[in-house]
Amino acid sequence: MAETAASGPGMPQLDITTFPNQIFWLVVTMVVLYFIMSRVALPRIAAVIADRRSTITSDIAAAEEFKLKAQEAEDTYNQALADARAEAHRIIEAAKADMQAEIDVQIAKADAEIAAQTAESERRIREIRDNAMSMVSEVSNDVTKDILAAFDMKADGRSVTAAVSARLKGGA
Amino acid sequence: MKLPRKMRVRKKGTRPVADENGGLVIKPMDQFEVKALFGGDVSWYTPTNVTLWMALTVLAATALMVIGARKRAVVPSRGQSMAEMTYSFIYKMVEDVAGHDAVRFFPHIFTLFMFVLFANLLGLIPFAFTTTSHIAVTAVLALTVFFTVTALGFILHGTKFLKLFWVDSAPLALRPVLALIEMISYFVRPVSHSIRLAGAMMAGHAVAKVFAGFAAALGAAFFLPILAVTALYALELLVAVIQAYVFTILTCVYLKDALHPSH
Repeated sequence: MAETAASGPGMPQLDITTFPNQIFWLVVTMVVLYFIMSRVALPRIAAVIADRRSTITSDIAAAEEFKLKAQEAEDTYNQALADARAEAHRIIEAAKADMQAEIDVQIAKADAEIAAQTAESERRIREIRDNAMSMVSEVSNDVTKDILAAFDMKADGRSVTAAVSARLKGGA
Repeated sequence: MKLPRKMRVRKKGTRPVADENGGLVIKPMDQFEVKALFGGDVSWYTPTNVTLWMALTVLAATALMVIGARKRAVVPSRGQSMAEMTYSFIYKMVEDVAGHDAVRFFPHIFTLFMFVLFANLLGLIPFAFTTTSHIAVTAVLALTVFFTVTALGFILHGTKFLKLFWVDSAPLALRPVLALIEMISYFVRPVSHSIRLAGAMMAGHAVAKVFAGFAAALGAAFFLPILAVTALYALELLVAVIQAYVFTILTCVYLKDALHPSH
């Protein structure tokens, strides 16, 4: 080594006796490194990067799909809500109509009952009045007969009755 | 062994620096010496410190790219993130600079980048040997790129590849002159490509070593050179990464010329 340095130039870089050694090992190194890189490292990293890219793409697509589904679900929900509102409205209307009909029927029935009762009452009032009238004429006849008897006057029943009823009609 | 080395005066490149007491000699270029790991002469197949540090470069690159990404997680760990970022960075560079059809050369360019990057970075470890500081290494890389790209240009485009030197947009009279200039600049490419990298690596390491030597020579003011070395080290870290980047992007630019020779 000392001889090499002494005989060679000052820069070890220019010592051409070491060139074959350096070039030989450089070639070996580059071949080995090339095979490691091109056969193992680069395909692996390329695959990882491609995997990630496809994962991201598919994730974005899935997210898009989920978003569409959510939109759909919301639409369905809104539709259901609108349907339910319409149904409720319909039911309320039907109930209202039913109740109105029921009320009408009840009112009609009550009216009929009231009318019947009024008629009955009128009938009974008329009866009582008729009764009273006949009682009045009967009492008047009896009283007239008793008065005539008290005055010792004879009178037949038929003429008394005729006279009383004539007076009642005239007085009334 | 030690005494004669201290006494020895080199012809050029390293100017021994001695302090007032005499005897202290800084040899900033010693760190670049190629030595056999187990002693003996350096022949072409001898395992040397070149072998060791190139092997460590391969191990470091493998650790980042294979072990770092071994889990293949969709949500990456820190190691996997770094591996993926390195991958994407170079992939994008190849695609942007050399065009989409250059992607088939991506593994080659990536290998080149990983080698230069880790050789540069490992060289910053104290007592390490920087393989990329040697012109023999960078010249082989640059010449491989140069010949591959030139051959590729002729294979893909035949003689139309020569249109690279014939600037159609220039006035006719100027074209031969421009062709000559273009031709010279084309053949200078591997030279600048290789010397840029080796020079940057060598210069930084040599300067760091010189400053470190001053620290021993200055006595009480030792902290000044140490501060300088610290600052220089940060700069060197930047240079190591930037030089790897520059080496790779230039390779992409040359590849672009081969794939699309028309201006």
